[in-house]
Amino acid sequence: MAEKMKLEIVTPYKKVVDTEVEEVTATGSLGEFGVLPGHAPFLTSLRIGELAYKLNGVYEHMSLNWGYFEICDDKIIVLVETAELAADIDLERAKAALSRAEEKLKKLTSEDKQFKVYEAALQRALIRMQVAGKGVRK
Amino acid sequence: MASLKSIKKRIVSVKNTRQITKAMKMVSAAKLRRAQENVVAARPYAKKLGEVLQNLSASLEGDLHPLLEKRDAKNLLLIVLTSDRGLCGGFNTNLCKAADRYLKEKESSFDQISVMTIGRKGYEFLKSRYTVYKNYSNVLAKPNYQTAAMMAQEVIDGFVAGEYDQVELLYNSFRTVMSQDITFEPMLPVVPDKSAETDATPVEYIYEPSVDELLAEILPKNIEVQIFTAMLETVAGEHGARMTAMDSASKNANEMIGKLTLQYNRARQAAITTELMEIISGSESIKG
Repeated sequence: MAEKMKLEIVTPYKKVVDTEVEEVTATGSLGEFGVLPGHAPFLTSLRIGELAYKLNGVYEHMSLNWGYFEICDDKIIVLVETAELAADIDLERAKAALSRAEEKLKKLTSEDKQFKVYEAALQRALIRMQVAGKGVRK
Repeated sequence: MASLKSIKKRIVSVKNTRQITKAMKMVSAAKLRRAQENVVAARPYAKKLGEVLQNLSASLEGDLHPLLEKRDAKNLLLIVLTSDRGLCGGFNTNLCKAADRYLKEKESSFDQISVMTIGRKGYEFLKSRYTVYKNYSNVLAKPNYQTAAMMAQEVIDGFVAGEYDQVELLYNSFRTVMSQDITFEPMLPVVPDKSAETDATPVEYIYEPSVDELLAEILPKNIEVQIFTAMLETVAGEHGARMTAMDSASKNANEMIGKLTLQYNRARQAAITTELMEIISGSESIKG
């Protein structure tokens, strides 16, 4: 497949990825989706989750925090608060964050204001660990 | 004429000052580089988010989002960003004066004016003059997105609850190292920019979930980014201003040292001349 799409992943701190890709899959707010070149204009919000793109037949995995995904004329723009390549993820830190969040959640009930905060933290940690694992296997 | 000793003392003290201003200039230069990089790095995000917002609002229909609601402007909130530390020339003073002027102007058309300050200098200037709704100090040393998000949330909550009907942002935007522009930015209610629509045909997007839901998420984001960008610009501007101020302070110190040295040498020469005169006249009188 010769056709490629341009992928840009941008966070408030820097442009994380700016490359040509063959395929992208990501976790949207309504579930996982994949796009190939020639996709219709599409805009969705992203959940905390994983994004994978294929470049020269090799998949790169990333963990994303909350953001947006937009594709228009084979140009993809992903706006996220944080984005980490699998290789850059600090597994120890993610594990620590996971246990910390778990502990906090045990003490809280779903009515607490803080509950959502720690739930999100838990999710982030889980995704990070999941993605980091993929980075190693590759 | 001042005594030799006192001139010498002054030279030493000016030299010490020069050392400090030089060091501060160097520190600021280093910090400026990093701050500048941050500003540049944050720009694409803000730009792209603006584009997405534009796309969305172009196809906006149906219920208005609370953040778009235009009300009778009775309560104004002005967010003022200054630095925490001084010694950066007119950086803070100019901004505070601009804020004061602006608020004086607006005083008649609003029932109530409150101020939210980010940075200690602005707080100190404005606290005696206006109601300070909230002050954040020491957040600019290391601007991070979480802080900006937290502040944005607070502003949004206040707006939705009707505590204020109009929110504006005032900060020094970073233009070049030498110059900062005082910038006013309207923040809430959000006015969708429909002017740019003409040059590009609006693309029919597939939205997931609906436009309204997306908009509800992206509008607060935009506020966060606005605050975050303003924070970064302020930090970069502060270091730029300090660098310039310290540079001219060092130059002034150099000039002063030159003048004092001249004075010192003259005084020394005068002392030598007097001494010589005394010796000569003494020996003359012995010769008789």
